Amino acid sequence: MLEKALQGNKAYWGWIFTLLVAIGIGFGFYVVQLQQGLGVTGLNRDVSWGLYIGQLTYMVGIAASAVMLVLPYYLHNYKAFGKLVIFGEFLAVSAVIVCLLFVVVDLGQPQRLMNVVLHPTPNSVLFWDMVVLNGYLFLNIIIGWAVLHAVKKGVRPASWLKILIYVSIPWAVSIHTVTAFLYAGLPGRYFWHDSLLAASFLTGAFAAGPALLLLILMIVQKVSDLKIPKEATQTLTKIITYAWAINLFMLLLKIFSAYYSQYPAKMATFDYLFGGVGGEQMMPWMWNFVFLSVVSLVLLVIPSTRNNPITMTIALVMVVFAGWIDKGLSLVIGGFIPNPFKVHTEYWPTIPEFFITVGVYAVGLLILTILYKVALAVQRENAS
Amino acid sequence: MAINRRTFLKAAGLTTLAGVAGHAAMELLTPGALEAARPESVGRFPEELTAKRWAMLIDTEKFTTAQTFQRCIDACHVLHNVPHIPGDKEIKWLWTDSFKHVFPDQQHDLIPEAIKNQPFLALCNHCDNPPCVRVCPTKATFKRDDGIVMMDMHRCIGCRYCMAGCPYGARSFNFWDPRPFIANIDPYYPTRMIGVVEKCTFCEDRLARGQIPACVEVSEGAMLFGDLDNQDSEVRRVLRERFSLRRKPSLGTKPHVFYLI
Amino acid sequence: MYNAGKIIPGLLIFLGLVTFPFWSNLGRAYDVPELVMPEAEEECVLAGDWMRANHMILLDDWRDLAVRDNKRLFTNDAGKRFDMSLTKTCLSSQCHANKDTFCDRCHDALAITPNCWDCHVVPTIGEE
Repeated sequence: MLEKALQGNKAYWGWIFTLLVAIGIGFGFYVVQLQQGLGVTGLNRDVSWGLYIGQLTYMVGIAASAVMLVLPYYLHNYKAFGKLVIFGEFLAVSAVIVCLLFVVVDLGQPQRLMNVVLHPTPNSVLFWDMVVLNGYLFLNIIIGWAVLHAVKKGVRPASWLKILIYVSIPWAVSIHTVTAFLYAGLPGRYFWHDSLLAASFLTGAFAAGPALLLLILMIVQKVSDLKIPKEATQTLTKIITYAWAINLFMLLLKIFSAYYSQYPAKMATFDYLFGGVGGEQMMPWMWNFVFLSVVSLVLLVIPSTRNNPITMTIALVMVVFAGWIDKGLSLVIGGFIPNPFKVHTEYWPTIPEFFITVGVYAVGLLILTILYKVALAVQRENAS
Repeated sequence: MAINRRTFLKAAGLTTLAGVAGHAAMELLTPGALEAARPESVGRFPEELTAKRWAMLIDTEKFTTAQTFQRCIDACHVLHNVPHIPGDKEIKWLWTDSFKHVFPDQQHDLIPEAIKNQPFLALCNHCDNPPCVRVCPTKATFKRDDGIVMMDMHRCIGCRYCMAGCPYGARSFNFWDPRPFIANIDPYYPTRMIGVVEKCTFCEDRLARGQIPACVEVSEGAMLFGDLDNQDSEVRRVLRERFSLRRKPSLGTKPHVFYLI
Repeated sequence: MYNAGKIIPGLLIFLGLVTFPFWSNLGRAYDVPELVMPEAEEECVLAGDWMRANHMILLDDWRDLAVRDNKRLFTNDAGKRFDMSLTKTCLSSQCHANKDTFCDRCHDALAITPNCWDCHVVPTIGEE
């Protein structure tokens, strides 16, 4: 089926070429990083994780959010998602690959990556993150590919596939939970040390993930013969609305427990992020986050703006971007600032770090493009 | 390449179910490979210093001059080829910081000026319940039976999870190749390579050869080192007699560096 | 087979490329490098023949035993004791003090670059 990705118009090849250029530039910078060390990044002794691990966290959420299509369709037989499920699963595949690549580019000694497998360490959450991310990747590749094959042949998917699909539902929850545990299990990192972290990760993901998927599908709809059923859009935007509202609610819970208790270490990160105490680099981003979050929530809650294609699109873009500031940027940076000595050392990504990040995302987009191209071609053949 | 070969051997060993079978498989693949590791042919130096639980005491009253601090820090950093990298990507095993940073929870506005302005030594606390060991995905950092939290720089993949886990900022990452930043390389201690994490090891290689940690040796009694498990040891005697602080005890890490106040 | 005209030449080109290291070295004689042996010491920690083939395994074992098990004293079959240390024993002034004329000769001839010296320093040369 893969050969279907080799047929496309000029725009398609132009897009592929653009992605390859971005990958090439990113790879070039990665070679520099490999040779000179992670010194080429903005990371430092106090902020030892940054943009890469932030993107890992955000994209795990995007990957997990496929379950918002899989669950209604397979457990509740919700037909409106029928044609879209495959796109959710393929988004998950490319998102997980992006996650794994971000782990690799963040390592100081990537050549020794297999040490995680050669010396398995069940007490490390990172070991489990490796297990669940790889498991989820294979589940979605197998499910997506097998379902597509069945569509191509015009037969019902094999019954064993049902078992894998049922397994993939709690598995999706597990990947974001384990990713949250990476942070939530560390003593003395008060911004992360929060039993609600995994839950708020999931709600954020179930808003930003479907929002990103809808936006991608709107573009796909423009350049192909895909038709997003209206009912599917309406249901998805409702899911996004509820998830987003709960996510913001959880953020308020966190702020309450920090400030009403007046617990200094819990307030310190919010003081830094929103108040600019100890450094103002994050402050504009955070107030942008507040603006985007509130406006998008209002647009989503009001039925007329939620159902209006233009205001809905604006709201979705805002959710995706706000979710990114929240998880891709402020979560990791905020956890490290101030450091355990209450010292503020600021961090900002460097040019190599930025282009490596863009390169990794381009790999994900390339995989996504190829998978979607195949899926669209198969669906078209099946329809005709 | 030797390294790949070993990796292959280990993978082969992993897939084999039992240790015995693994041994047989390795013997089959490279006869005599395990000979070198025969337990009867490796051991410890007779002069090795041993303890059930090593601990360090820092007598803050005896650290009165800048030279005392510098002597200890230099002894450590010169011996272990710790590079001097300026800026926020620095590497340090033993360093000084102010009271409010070393003991942030004990800080208040009215503490005596002398303490406010006095530097305090900071280093790896060799915790009994070390978060760094808990989070390391490869066992590159691990706790020995005698309490020392060790670092296997050969195995570290540089994920820096231990740095996020350590609440004492005791861990440094090699963002750059350290060699250009080392003034005089001591050939008898390895430098590090790009991309691994390092920290104080309580001079475990010196202990193995019968020597106390380098900083303690040059501290002229301002630092003590001994077996906390032994009731009659000097460290136990001093802890009975003097008031001591540990860093961030509320986190449950059980640090084993004690500050005598 | 569909497209046999494209697949078979493609496969042949692929096979040719992946076997490049083999056929490009075909017929080229391997010159056994001449090593400068230590003058002061006659015996290595284990038999010379075994060491020639397996020194990397011994060094790996020593590394793990020293760092992970805190076992640093090696006693060979003859009862002689050694500090299990690359720099203090193997590369000491008594033995292979000159890495260039011992280690590197073989490694270079075989085109391998062990990463031992990324960290470990050759004592007599000082900085590598």
